[in-house]
Amino acid sequence: MATFEEIGPRIPVVEPIRVDKVHPRAKLGRSIRVIVTVIVTFIMIIPVLVMIMTAFKSRANIVTPPPKVFFKPTLEGFLYLFTDRSLFSPSNLEAARANPGDLNYWQKLALSVGQKINGPSDYVGRLKNSVIIAGTSTLLSVILGLFAAYAFSRFKVAGKDDLLFFILSTRMLPGVVVTIPLFLLYKQLGWNDTHIGMIILYTVFNLSFSVWLLKGFIDEIPVEYEEAALVDGYSRLQAFFKIVLPQAVNGIAATTVFCLIFAWNEYAFALMLTSEKARTAPPSIATMLGSGGLEWSAIAAGSLGFLIPVAIVTFALRDYLLRGVTFGAVRK
Amino acid sequence: MSHVELQHISKNFPGVTALDDVSFDVKDGEFFVLLGPTGAGKTTTLRVIAGLEHQDAGSILFDGEAMDDLTPSDRDVALVFQQYSLYPTMSVFDNLAFPLRSPLRRKSAAEIRKKVEETAEKLRISHLLKRKTAHLSGGEMQRVSIGRAIVRSPRVFLMDEPLSNLDAKLREALRIELQHLQKTQGSTTLFVTHDQIEALTMADRIAVLNEGRIIQVGTPEDIYDRPASSFIAQLVGSPRINLYNARRENEVTSISDSNVLLPAPGGSKLPAEFMLGIRPENVKPDPNGKFTGQLVLAEPLGVETILHIQSGQRTLLSLVPGITSYHLGDVMKFNIAYEHIHYFGLNGDRLQP
Amino acid sequence: MSTIELRQVEKKFGDLHAVKPLDLTIQDGEFIVLLGPSGCGKTTTLRMISGLETVSGGTIWLNGRNVTWLHPSERDIAFVFQFYALYPHLTAWRNIAFPLQAQGESRETVEKRVDEVVKLLQIEHVLKAHPGQLSGGDQQRVALARALVRRPAAFLMDEPLGALDADFRESMRSEIKRLHVLQHATTVYVTHDQIEAMAMGDRIVVMSEAAIQQIGTPAEVYNNPTNLFVARFIGSPGMNLITGRYADGIVQMAGLDNRYAVPQVWQSALRKSMNDGSEIVVGFRPEAAQINDGGKLAGKVYASEMQGSSAVLHLTINENEIIHIRTDRLIPYPIDTLVHFDINPQMVRFFNLKTEAAIKPEVTQ
Repeated sequence: MATFEEIGPRIPVVEPIRVDKVHPRAKLGRSIRVIVTVIVTFIMIIPVLVMIMTAFKSRANIVTPPPKVFFKPTLEGFLYLFTDRSLFSPSNLEAARANPGDLNYWQKLALSVGQKINGPSDYVGRLKNSVIIAGTSTLLSVILGLFAAYAFSRFKVAGKDDLLFFILSTRMLPGVVVTIPLFLLYKQLGWNDTHIGMIILYTVFNLSFSVWLLKGFIDEIPVEYEEAALVDGYSRLQAFFKIVLPQAVNGIAATTVFCLIFAWNEYAFALMLTSEKARTAPPSIATMLGSGGLEWSAIAAGSLGFLIPVAIVTFALRDYLLRGVTFGAVRK
Repeated sequence: MSHVELQHISKNFPGVTALDDVSFDVKDGEFFVLLGPTGAGKTTTLRVIAGLEHQDAGSILFDGEAMDDLTPSDRDVALVFQQYSLYPTMSVFDNLAFPLRSPLRRKSAAEIRKKVEETAEKLRISHLLKRKTAHLSGGEMQRVSIGRAIVRSPRVFLMDEPLSNLDAKLREALRIELQHLQKTQGSTTLFVTHDQIEALTMADRIAVLNEGRIIQVGTPEDIYDRPASSFIAQLVGSPRINLYNARRENEVTSISDSNVLLPAPGGSKLPAEFMLGIRPENVKPDPNGKFTGQLVLAEPLGVETILHIQSGQRTLLSLVPGITSYHLGDVMKFNIAYEHIHYFGLNGDRLQP
Repeated sequence: MSTIELRQVEKKFGDLHAVKPLDLTIQDGEFIVLLGPSGCGKTTTLRMISGLETVSGGTIWLNGRNVTWLHPSERDIAFVFQFYALYPHLTAWRNIAFPLQAQGESRETVEKRVDEVVKLLQIEHVLKAHPGQLSGGDQQRVALARALVRRPAAFLMDEPLGALDADFRESMRSEIKRLHVLQHATTVYVTHDQIEAMAMGDRIVVMSEAAIQQIGTPAEVYNNPTNLFVARFIGSPGMNLITGRYADGIVQMAGLDNRYAVPQVWQSALRKSMNDGSEIVVGFRPEAAQINDGGKLAGKVYASEMQGSSAVLHLTINENEIIHIRTDRLIPYPIDTLVHFDINPQMVRFFNLKTEAAIKPEVTQ
């Protein structure tokens, strides 16, 4: 017999620590829990459902009481959102209707409500601004945060605790309080309504969060890995890229999503510090509420379109996220 | 392989002296064990040699060449950790290849493949090369760690309790393998452990460390047969040595609170009060024995049995071969092998009567 | 005190058997050890006896009373955990007194009974301390005291020494055993450490893969293991096991031309065992081999270990098989030296490789 063989099965049976009297009543309890969960989930999801439905309703369908659950979906809302239109004069309308020949889908849709497309709306540009500003600032906060967190986790930094507290303290003031000083400051710098201004602002704001969160993740990675790499003939930077980074993926993903959500959704600063060139989507959705007759379907479509990118990123990173947000609690 | 020398190494951490004037040398091809309780400074010593910590005073030499200013990667040592040192995001092959792919070494892919495969063969882990390390058992993981150390030929192997997280059977098996590997490769190895049996079984020489100081260096036989202090006598040997306060009156010594009286060796060189250590294998039940006691407990371990014999207020442990059937409560006679008794002063230092 | 009886007790998690149906009778005052590697079902078995885990089938009898479906608190048993489970906010004294106070005992009774166990365990000096201030050993003593103070019908202990370091474990081991010798309380003790099991158990229940492999006294499981698992698991190192083919009184082993002449009493049993075409396994404990220049068997030195009062020589007898020979302390042999040895014919055992079961000698004439 080989003496090298291991004794016992490879995969240990988990021996749970709990009192588990499975009683018939317990089964009933479980089904009740399932039912309650379903109901609560449904209630939570109603606003989202209403938003999605509204985005695809025609103007007439939106205002009919009681709200219609079944209706013929239309892209009118998106038309209102993405295009700048004007009304046909009655005579021109007749002419256009008589000869729709070479109109594309959107033009036809506009025609059906008596309007003509002049060009894309401001919203398109603002969505683009949101992508640029939120994306760049998220990238920056995560990268800078990663290096700062690594240093705080691994090196003896003089005054480490105070520094960490200071970083956190930047998050303690409510954003509204600093908006006015920031506005004045940005005015001096000429940063009002610029991409760079907004990117720096969001980066600074997210950095404290990303340093703290990432430090937690890096603390969890045993330092022995890097030491082994150092001894194996690698420099610290090489060890960081080859060893630490792959293991911090979950944490980086979680941090990315949180930073992105903040930068993407941010409203107050954007409202104050941007007007035209760098205006992001959230304030422009809000302004739609104010301008002229309420285009509910456009607002709903705007909100939906706004929600989708974050939803996609979160969904794509969900595996890492799950492992990320439960860090510390679960260790392999 | 190299000859490693530590000269007067001291290291302080805020509020603690981790190492206090530690000097020893590990000869080329020697299996050298640092033995000591938790917090003795063993791991710090290892880390200072690897260059992961820097000493406050003293010097480290490899083959007479000072290492003090070199980075860990330039010292060319291999380190095996207690746990956690396999990269979880890489396969076993990549883990083994990792040291060879270091920019310091610049080996061709073919060369790396050949080396890794040889090493895997040696450690019987060839079948695991494609696995991710997370899917390995504890023993396999530790074998891969050892593989990563031997895949290149470093100047010295440093091992930090590599067996302590494994279960008993596996530890036994790996202990033998490691020793065989070291002997056949002739590699200079410095092995840190708190487990006396690992130290005795594997070492060519042992250094006993306590509270940052070296308190004895010697072969396993030296440490076991001639412990320099009562601390070492208790640290080494299982079951633990019988250690009692004793007093001497003229030519007779007696263990306090017991009816064991022994002749004092070497006349009156022993002080009036001292400590007396008797290894359990030197307490021998014998129907014609000089001493009597009552059997209060018997622990059959298989190959041998530990008897707890009460004499007065004291309980002596006796180690006898086989599984014996004594009755608890029996009065039994025993002898003590006088020539193997250890004497220590009240401060713990060994006395030479 | 009391007896414990398990009749066809089993535990399933889904389709997986954590414990296959097993029968076990524990006598009044007996110290029973459930021994096995992690995941073998020993802890689950213990937890089923305690009521912390429900059974999937079978019945549990405590002192002739069917307790299978009783709540843990109604079973009159005490449970000692690996991690002590002391209440951190209470002093040691109040921890010990807690179960009595929970039962609503009078103040005098509580004081008197706490006093008794405190004396028994010699922990007078720690009573005012909180668990966090105590060493591992003292914490476990307090935990034991808390179990003892209730005077339960039986003690269940789940690796109570597992968290202590090695040399301390040794002395706590004999302390618990002493306690049992004095009290004679029925005890079921779970461990994965075969040395602990041997040293402490009146009988040992060796478990593996959710089933009992052998029940016996330490001497029985050590000297006469019922199968290869027990032979390997018990002993440090375990039993030497060499595979070979039997014919005409000789076992031909692989590797170095080793031919073992089988003692007469085993021959007919081995012949029968070979009927199914299986190879057989020769088993002997490390102390059963004697190094001897004229020895019939030989191996090459792989490593040698000084173990304090004795030494162990490890020999390779072929590519995969290493055997261990226990000797007196000796000058270490260089690696690859050829060493000859004999096996004490009284101490040799045989197993069927296919069934893994021990072969019984046939006592005829």
